Amino acid sequence: MAAGVAAWLPFARAAAIGWMPVANLPMPVAPTEKNKRQDELIVLNVSGRRFQTWRNTLDRYPDTLLGSSEKEFFYDEETKEYFFDRDPDVFRSILNFYRTGKLHYPRYECISSYDEELAFFGIIPEIIGDCCYEEYKDRKRENAERLMDDQEDNKDSKLPNMTFRETMWRAFENPHTSTMALVFYYVTGFFIAVSVITNVVETVPCGSSPNQKDVPCGERYTVAFFCMDTACVMIFTVEYLLRLFAAPSRYRFMRSVMSIIDVVAILPYYIGLVMTNNEDVSGAFVTLRVFRVFRIFKFSRHSQGLRILGYTLKSCASELGFLLFSLTMAIIIFATVMFYAEKGSTSSKFTSIPASFWYTIVTMTTLGYGDMVPKTIAGKIFGSICSLSGVLVIALPVPVIVSNFSRIYHQNQRADKRRAQKKARLARIRISKTGTSNAFLHSKRNGLLNEALDLTGSTEDERHHNKTTSLLESQHHHLLHCLEKTTTPSQHPPSFPLPQNHEFVDEHLYEQNCLEGALQNYTSRSPSLSSSGGLTGTCCSRRSRRKSAHLPNSAMSPGPPHGLQELSAVHIHRSDRPPLSTSRSSLNLMPDEAMRLNCKSGQITTAIISIPTPPGTTPEGDGHGPPSPSVQTTAGSSVVKVSAL
Amino acid sequence: MNLEGLEMIAVLVVVVLFVKVLEQFGLLEASYDDSVEDELELSAVRHRPEGLEQLEAQTRFTRKELQVLYRGFKNECPSGVVNEDTFKDIYSQFFPQGDASTYAHFLFNAFDTDHNGSVSFEDFVMGLSILLRGSVQEKLNWAFNLYDINKDGYITKEEMLDIMKAIYDMMGKCTYPILKEEAPRQHVEIFFQKMDKNKDGVVTIDEFIDCCQNDENIMRSMQLFENVI
Repeated sequence: MAAGVAAWLPFARAAAIGWMPVANLPMPVAPTEKNKRQDELIVLNVSGRRFQTWRNTLDRYPDTLLGSSEKEFFYDEETKEYFFDRDPDVFRSILNFYRTGKLHYPRYECISSYDEELAFFGIIPEIIGDCCYEEYKDRKRENAERLMDDQEDNKDSKLPNMTFRETMWRAFENPHTSTMALVFYYVTGFFIAVSVITNVVETVPCGSSPNQKDVPCGERYTVAFFCMDTACVMIFTVEYLLRLFAAPSRYRFMRSVMSIIDVVAILPYYIGLVMTNNEDVSGAFVTLRVFRVFRIFKFSRHSQGLRILGYTLKSCASELGFLLFSLTMAIIIFATVMFYAEKGSTSSKFTSIPASFWYTIVTMTTLGYGDMVPKTIAGKIFGSICSLSGVLVIALPVPVIVSNFSRIYHQNQRADKRRAQKKARLARIRISKTGTSNAFLHSKRNGLLNEALDLTGSTEDERHHNKTTSLLESQHHHLLHCLEKTTTPSQHPPSFPLPQNHEFVDEHLYEQNCLEGALQNYTSRSPSLSSSGGLTGTCCSRRSRRKSAHLPNSAMSPGPPHGLQELSAVHIHRSDRPPLSTSRSSLNLMPDEAMRLNCKSGQITTAIISIPTPPGTTPEGDGHGPPSPSVQTTAGSSVVKVSAL
Repeated sequence: MNLEGLEMIAVLVVVVLFVKVLEQFGLLEASYDDSVEDELELSAVRHRPEGLEQLEAQTRFTRKELQVLYRGFKNECPSGVVNEDTFKDIYSQFFPQGDASTYAHFLFNAFDTDHNGSVSFEDFVMGLSILLRGSVQEKLNWAFNLYDINKDGYITKEEMLDIMKAIYDMMGKCTYPILKEEAPRQHVEIFFQKMDKNKDGVVTIDEFIDCCQNDENIMRSMQLFENVI
């Protein structure tokens, strides 16, 4: 029973009294309402905007959030209202659904946000009313196509272990993947152009011998043209065979349009080779040459616009068919009429109805060659009606085709734009991600500094600026810290050097570690480095390849050259330092040792923490100084490399 | 000028086109029948019921009950009146398995006391008042009115058969046990045997009320829907 008519149930029940006198059996007992609630207003507070409605209205659809007891989870005792932290604009449509029984989809609303709201309130999108359902489905399909496009682009990323065949196929399909493919692409394009131009120039009359009329170039320079043709066909054949070899499904490739065009383009040459001087079929041979013009279609691999045009024509096949059909109908009608109208006049060109077809076509398409003109009055009248109607009949399907083409073209443009923007977007997203990870490392150092400060009882103002992280951040960092501790390898003998924790490092320190591991420079090795050297050992071999290795916790970053300089600078820098002050382990020492440390160098409180990050990646920076130059300028103070090791 | 057949046709075509062009300029009035559409537009007028106090006086509902009823009514029928198609629609939704349209038609006629083709809120609420808050006499009266299709004061066998078929149609085909074709007719026979005291082939209002008052089942079932609102 549709819930919308629940309000009429009392009426239907009352009307059932009409059956009573007719019934022979006693009626069942009616259900009683235990506590008959008076209908009351309830307040729904959606992000500050208050909606009020009768409770009965919401009860109409008991399988949704608002209609069931699920809304009690959102009840606020103090304000006696139901609070939802959702979009109030979309909620308007949802509440109207309860009120009127019809769910409408507002056009200005984003389709995915609307979907999310529907999912939250437990309403299935299928009950959107007929007035809005089409729009909803169209937008949803568009969105899905877009998402699919994006996913397809993702799949383009190179898999590490592709067979030679697969690589070749990918190179053919997408010339931008490697330089070899690009070269091949341009070479084939060039040869297609050469072949087409050759075909055209072949027929141009090329100067004349004294006693003969103009001879086409093809017959004058037969050998040259033959050689060019051979060369082109050779290239095309090789290309076709290579594609055939590389295709993942040869049978499907052979049936595809492009391969058929390829075959048709090169076949005439071979057939020509086979039957050279046979008089009977030489006529057919000449006809075959016509097919050489199909080579121009090979350009469609090189031009996206051509492909779009072809796709449009294919998708508008029904409109084109309709155009053709209506034109044919009109041609036959008018040809018949013109024939009979012009039958009377002498020396009329309208000798038969098929002969009149030519006139009708020329007139309807407004060409008007003038080789056939009506001479009688009736003929002229009907001829003018013919041309007027021709304009109409042709103009009708054309906008449909044009709009189809426009839609497909724009879709393609959008896809290309999205692909181009994706790189920039991903780069920006990556930067913000490194920002968060750097924030973690930063606050970790501050946190450790905090511990040290706590242990050494420092003053308030040194401490307060380290408490800038919010509660959420500090909890997040605590979580990451716990993970570090979980994955620490088991304890070494409990003396100095102390066991080193398994830690997150930022990418540059990681690179630095790798470099050091590669350089095999262990002279100023603090114990922490040696333990992490094992860590870096395995990954450096991958790093050296500079491929897209997945660094832990950091996004891809091809290290800029200046980064390397920094690293080396830092390296030298550190080698001057005694191990204790550069070792993180110093901060893990027992309180009394830390005290000793404090007394010794008294510089922990004023230490400058600097990481060699590229300028600008961490927006908050270290708060203490400019990134890279600081490495050199803080030569005076001890640099506490907290997370280096 | 000696016009050939085809030339005459050509001239005719030209004349027709000329007339069409004149119509475009408004010099020749096109006499089409599109005034009917305007009338239909005008008739979709809204109906407003009498005041709450009057309805309170005329029916046996309290103010609050009338408010609830009106809200439900107006929600389904924003124009203030129910026409027969909407009525059939709404009633059919309660009986999805069968075809309730015939019975809804009879019901509509029973509610539409002034027989103007639409049920306003007053009609609706008066009907409900009788059915839910009326005395047994009134209810039986109403039922008799429902069965008497042509409102002539007598229920004939044909009328009863129509009503019975309509009721059985509401059940639909998928029942257990599957009812035979003559089930309504047999039911009508039983009804007439019970009700028609003087065996004259029709049931009058007095016979009807008398008989029902003597039947315990019927009396009890009349009280069944007391607390619907």
